[in-house]
Amino acid sequence: MLRLEPRNHVSLLATWLSPMLALSLTAITGGIIFLIMGKDPLVALYIYFVEPLTSISGLSEVAVKAGPLVLIGVGLSFGFRAGIWNIGAEGQYIAGAIVGGGLAVYWYESTHVMLLPTMLIAGILGGALWAAIPAYLKARFNANEILVSLMLVYVAELLLVHLVQGPWRNPMGWGFPGTRMFPDAAIMPLFFPPHRVHLGTAITLLIPFVAWFVLARTQFGFRIKLFGSAPLAARHSGVKSHRIVWQSLLIGGGLAGLAGIVEATGTIGQLMPDISPGYGFTAIIVAFLGRLHPIGVLLAGVAIAITYIGGEGAQISAGLPKAVTGLFQGIILFYLLAFDLFTRYKIVSRSN
Amino acid sequence: MSTGISLLTLDGISKFFPGCVANDSINLNVEPGEIHALLGENGAGKSTLVKIIYGVLRPDAGSIRWNGEPVQIAGPNQARELGIGMVFQHFSLFEALTTLENIALALPKESPETLRARVTQTAEAYGLGLDPDRHVHELSMGERQRIEIVRCLLQDPKLLILDEPTSVLTPQETETLFETLRKLAIENRAILYISHKLEEVRTLCDKATIIRNGQWVDDCVPSKETARSLAEKMIGKKIDPVAKRVAPIRDITSLRVSDLTVRSYQPHGVNLTNIHLEVHGGEVLGIAGIAGNGQIELMGALSGETGSPQSGTIEILGNNVNALGPSARRDLGVVFVPEERIGQAAVADMTLVENSLLTSATRMRFSYGGLINWHRVNAYAKKVVREFDVRTTGIRSLASSLSGGNLQKFIVGREMLQEPKLLIAAQPTWGVDAGAAASIHSEIQRLVNAGAGVLVISQDLDEIFLLADRIAVISQGTLSSSVPNTQITPEEVGLLMGVRHTSKSAINDVTT
Repeated sequence: MLRLEPRNHVSLLATWLSPMLALSLTAITGGIIFLIMGKDPLVALYIYFVEPLTSISGLSEVAVKAGPLVLIGVGLSFGFRAGIWNIGAEGQYIAGAIVGGGLAVYWYESTHVMLLPTMLIAGILGGALWAAIPAYLKARFNANEILVSLMLVYVAELLLVHLVQGPWRNPMGWGFPGTRMFPDAAIMPLFFPPHRVHLGTAITLLIPFVAWFVLARTQFGFRIKLFGSAPLAARHSGVKSHRIVWQSLLIGGGLAGLAGIVEATGTIGQLMPDISPGYGFTAIIVAFLGRLHPIGVLLAGVAIAITYIGGEGAQISAGLPKAVTGLFQGIILFYLLAFDLFTRYKIVSRSN
Repeated sequence: MSTGISLLTLDGISKFFPGCVANDSINLNVEPGEIHALLGENGAGKSTLVKIIYGVLRPDAGSIRWNGEPVQIAGPNQARELGIGMVFQHFSLFEALTTLENIALALPKESPETLRARVTQTAEAYGLGLDPDRHVHELSMGERQRIEIVRCLLQDPKLLILDEPTSVLTPQETETLFETLRKLAIENRAILYISHKLEEVRTLCDKATIIRNGQWVDDCVPSKETARSLAEKMIGKKIDPVAKRVAPIRDITSLRVSDLTVRSYQPHGVNLTNIHLEVHGGEVLGIAGIAGNGQIELMGALSGETGSPQSGTIEILGNNVNALGPSARRDLGVVFVPEERIGQAAVADMTLVENSLLTSATRMRFSYGGLINWHRVNAYAKKVVREFDVRTTGIRSLASSLSGGNLQKFIVGREMLQEPKLLIAAQPTWGVDAGAAASIHSEIQRLVNAGAGVLVISQDLDEIFLLADRIAVISQGTLSSSVPNTQITPEEVGLLMGVRHTSKSAINDVTT
């Protein structure tokens, strides 16, 4: 009989090696799947994992895709470190886009230079506001934040659909769901037009380093880690649990909201029902793939972004279905969780 | 007593765990009718050895003989069939069920009527007062232990193993237990008695096997040894006596608790009722009591971890701290050593550096405007390790890599080096080896000599009598008034452990 036994020592090397191994095994498994589908696995894998990095436009697209994943992933890693399981970043992302984007919908003829910065702040506030609901219910009634935050995703999605089909619908949009296009003052400047990498991408790059500093060097970051590792020790140390609940959810929600408004002002230019290809959920994978470490999340965000872009490329040039992208992300998470298990546990066999 | 064939013989038993040898070719010989002590410090390998005998663990090497016949004990069921019974340190009883129901669960084949008769009969025969129809949650620790013992005895064991049985008992309950055990020995049943309480072993046991670091050290007759010689065999070195206090008690009230009433935050917790106490500078107040009588709640209320009290006041160095949290209280000059070492006083998967910061951040000014000065924290961790002789590979080691005693030395050191004016410590040497305990006691004395007030909450009466100038007893969430150390005996303290203290004169009722 086989069973799991906890290891005495969890190796730091193994902790960082396991995402690498997970990515490698995902590639191998993917190759096998391509083979079964009758495609040349090497070609398919090349299209998937390498081709996005071989052109300026590919790199630009990877950066644009990685942006929201990294922003949300960094925010989530605060909560996950503290043991606060915010699963509703998708909803907070949408809420950020709605609140921030609403300003552009309202002042659709504005040319004011402060419009974009105001929208960014409004986006952060919108995401934080959406996360404040589970935070309040958790701090006040000890309601399960996993359920509350997750259910609010659907509320946010329906709210967005309602707005873009109803009160905020573009009067000149031929009935398509969607708001007016944002005015230029509400659009992120591009660095290398026509490539889509924009100012928001640069902001995104900055956030993980700020977060790293906060976690490593501040009392606040220490308290977050402390609360996650040992709530009673945190209490003994003087940490107030409801404060951690509020702080970690507001940070997670705020950064998800920022991601939402950056996406709306950077790559889309309006509000519409499909402003997210599931970034809020994929970012959970990103957070764990990056070991809940801000710099790790940055790398993981880029890796997952490559699977998105590679997946698009594979659809176009190899005729692979769109579902392959989700499949890959699922396989990565599967291997990652499996390796994580084995960094903490080992298999022992018992004869009886 | 000996019939020529030993009841149980262990020959060269070894058990390896990853990274440590728990038992290294241990020999043990138990004769019928013998009360045999298994002595050793925490982590010496006593529990592992006992689990092997009871079939919970399989040995990696060595052999076991039972009545001279080689046996392999595959599990607790087989151990019980052979005639081995065991009372664990932590009871396995359902609180919501009655005594009889708990026993019936272990003996499903018996009809309730015959079982009731047998339980009553067995309990009476061995002087174990038990009411079969009372619910376990109403019972004291001593009564619960009796259920476990009766449950074992109903299976007619030839060998009864008791793991630290007196750690939850009052002195009176302990004496009752010893009488029962002596009766069992007269019936030619053997008892394997695991303990590190040396005086008990000296009065009770016929023979003792001492193990240290997983190895057999000595077999001896405890009554021919002194507690000191036994302790030195256990730890393998001479023990320095604790320095006696020299400083006078000062005219400073370090801690004053008036009429404190606290509703427990835990579902089965103990509410504190009208607690009064005072601790002065240069003085140790010892609070004795059996675990689960409100000690955890009292510690929580004093440290501010569990919020404000329902009524009454807590004053630390003259400041009403009712509304203050732990950090603000520490700022006033108080430090705490809570009962739970891992998970409360220290975080297992954090380094000693991070653990240093845990309780010292504000008082030691390790952070400015929210930024942590890790250089200073590093230096502090090094200082704690150096001055308190914490055995570790370095300050970057995880707390989980330290032994219990070393971690406790680290925790005590971390608090003491903050130069507190008041120390509040719960079970400061619980589960700590004799050497580390002695050094912790010396440090507490040094702090007192420097003029600090100390409150020690402990189940260990030896510790209370060693350290405390005045002694009070906590029982069912009430606290007796305190009496000077010299005016009360351990037996009198024991009597107070079962009493609900309604008036301040409770102690006088016993002592006069």
